[in-house]
Amino acid sequence: MNAAEPRSADLRQFISGNEAIAQAARDAGVKVAAAYPGTPSTEILEYVSQYPDIYSEWSINEKVSLEVAIGASMAGSRALCAMKHVGMNVASDAFMTQTLVGAVGGLVIVVADDVGLSSSQNEQDSRYWGRFAHLPILEPSDAQEAYEMTRAAYGISEQFEVPVIVRLTTRICHVKGVVINSEAEAHTGTGFKKDPARFVMVPGNAKNRIPMMMARDETLKSFAADTELNRIDTGSDTRVGFVTSGAAYYHVKESFPDAPVFKLGFSHPAPIESIRSFAGDVEKLVVVEEVEPLLETELRAAGVDVYGKDLLPKIGELSPSVITPPVSKLIGEAIAESELIPTAQVFPRPPTMCVACPHLGIYYCLSHVKNTIISGDIGCYTLGAGHPWNALDTTISMGASLSVAQGLDKGRAECDENKNVLAVIGDSTFLHMGMQGLLDITYNKGNVTILLLDNRAVGMTGGQDAPSSGLNLHGEQTMQVDFRKLCEALGVKPERIHEVNPYEMPILFKALRQEVKVPEPSVIITNQPCVLTERYSKLPPLKVDADKCTGCSNCLDVGCPAILVDRRETVVKPNGKEKELAFVSIDTAACTGCNLCTKPCAPDAIIPAYNVTKIDAVEIK
Amino acid sequence: MNNEVTNILVVGIGGQGVMTAADILATSALSLGYDVKKTEVAGMAQRGGVVTSHVRFGPKVYSPAIQAGDADLMLAFEPAEALRWASHLKDNGLAMVNTFAQEPPVVSIGLFDYPDEPIEKMRKMGVETHDYNAGQSAIDLGDRRLVNSIMLGAISDRLPFPAGTIENSLTARFKNKGEALLALNHQAFELGRKAFS
Repeated sequence: MNAAEPRSADLRQFISGNEAIAQAARDAGVKVAAAYPGTPSTEILEYVSQYPDIYSEWSINEKVSLEVAIGASMAGSRALCAMKHVGMNVASDAFMTQTLVGAVGGLVIVVADDVGLSSSQNEQDSRYWGRFAHLPILEPSDAQEAYEMTRAAYGISEQFEVPVIVRLTTRICHVKGVVINSEAEAHTGTGFKKDPARFVMVPGNAKNRIPMMMARDETLKSFAADTELNRIDTGSDTRVGFVTSGAAYYHVKESFPDAPVFKLGFSHPAPIESIRSFAGDVEKLVVVEEVEPLLETELRAAGVDVYGKDLLPKIGELSPSVITPPVSKLIGEAIAESELIPTAQVFPRPPTMCVACPHLGIYYCLSHVKNTIISGDIGCYTLGAGHPWNALDTTISMGASLSVAQGLDKGRAECDENKNVLAVIGDSTFLHMGMQGLLDITYNKGNVTILLLDNRAVGMTGGQDAPSSGLNLHGEQTMQVDFRKLCEALGVKPERIHEVNPYEMPILFKALRQEVKVPEPSVIITNQPCVLTERYSKLPPLKVDADKCTGCSNCLDVGCPAILVDRRETVVKPNGKEKELAFVSIDTAACTGCNLCTKPCAPDAIIPAYNVTKIDAVEIK
Repeated sequence: MNNEVTNILVVGIGGQGVMTAADILATSALSLGYDVKKTEVAGMAQRGGVVTSHVRFGPKVYSPAIQAGDADLMLAFEPAEALRWASHLKDNGLAMVNTFAQEPPVVSIGLFDYPDEPIEKMRKMGVETHDYNAGQSAIDLGDRRLVNSIMLGAISDRLPFPAGTIENSLTARFKNKGEALLALNHQAFELGRKAFS
């Protein structure tokens, strides 16, 4: 542990890759930035929103955000669009045609891959989009490079009139490191210049743009061979060399600090001939890339002899401990005997709903309705698939709960005749891509009971605003969607729309039981705010009267993390059957008095923790 | 691997302030001119899941993540989490553990058991473990979030720089949040220093 020489700390910032991207947008003179929240990219727009010179917005979904950025680029200004990897699937319709139009003002699309699925429904390698759409991919390896490459991306985008993808992974977005900014530049918009042959992509015009895109590929290949974004780290130990990009670069440096490394910052189109020449300088060449063998396949096709996914995993994050053993073996180096402390087996700690979350009451009710098929969606409420509720049967993609429910209804087999098909979706997800599914259900006379959980926030990503909150990205007042009117406009009969306080479980139960019996679409809107947002008001906490608790454990079915089991007992009932009892207490410091657990408590053992005269039901705002 | 880099693992569960503590450790090292990297997986951190934050500093840091067997120090905000991550410590690594246990719902509803005597288990594994109920002390001081400053106090005398550096970072963090809160955090910091010594 050697103390480093103190350096001038003035210019050194300690920031994440996401914040570095935002600063780069600011310093590149970006005029418009748009995104829909999604882990791990969410914070990019949150940081951008602090810069008054940039117009920034939470868009309705990723396709809309990209189209907003496209418009700004066509207007001759610099634009940024940020999204997580699955967002790119939504945006791809616009994306695949915009590559023909190209960029006027610099157009940079930041795509963040959740490698290792910390908070996603799948794992995707967004570098494929560069191949698919014939455009450049830049891959920073840390926050400093995220800053520098985003700055460089604007130059490339304008020089070659091409949208540029800056591809991040979680280990770039959320890793903080030392970042030094370079001088900011002013960008003057060139204005919108009518050019229908370029901007109106009807077949006749688009046909002419395709050869131009192919020609652009060749120009970009030449650029890749010369750019400083690609470089070679010379090394003294030439038994093995590496070709790598992104977060993997630093894992390679950590594992084999003396090996030569071809570091790709501009990773597509790759400088194949330069890599071929590099291959000649090392005994063995290993491609280390997250996650799929893209570069490896291209190098093999070009006749360059490489190792890659034959040694390394094709899924999940790489790390020094993943890379070191197989590569050491490859070069015949003994792997150091590890004397690791044995890993202890500890219970899993899956994410769960928050204390007093309004979804708790909804899932308690759903878990007590019989004969259901419950089609779920993307958000905190996806956690309803877990214990103790087990009340969610499908999750696919944003908005799919409704359309999948329509298919479950129409495709039901005879044995499912008596099943009730339900869909559960949150406010923001409904506005993102769920409205279309509801219209499909009403238009095609489906029979689905829809629970629209309006907590007025994008909860899972940290409570961001959306048109359901009445506030924009900057916290300013704006229109607020009226879900009742919206559902009505989408074809749901007014008498089939109910607005319910999810903390009032008997009313919610009644609405659910009534609507599943009606053979037409109905919507139950719940109307209490996310507990992570300022709209939520805490109430005085509760405690358990230990003398009254019978150990029935009904309260545990609510699933609130503030309810703890103090002791368990097994008793034999008069009929000879054994019954497990669980005597509980409430973590009063965590409890915010939502009262949900008092509803199923048969002996009324849950009481105010402190001497207050009355606990009101949660007030409706 | 690079022996000149100090590796600190901060572990706990969502909402405990793990990332804030790691941030304060990292900015302290930064203020002394070190290269610093900090990483965590935090996608669902606010939902009571496991949170681990890795802080690495030294003359030059490459990979942000601490590998199993490479941590010099572990600051654990919860005893079962301390046990879960103990294998990330070096042979002569040191663990500072808050003994205030937090059971997740999967334990409450009886699907899994909470480990018996997690601190003793760590000691049997050969880990030098210092323990104290920082959670209860924080509640006694009036705010369970103070656990963060208690744990920073706990580690402050075990770093390759003076405890005052951490205290300065703590002051910088709380200086705009009122005299009372700042004083309370310093009180918690001193408590941690003494309790874990």
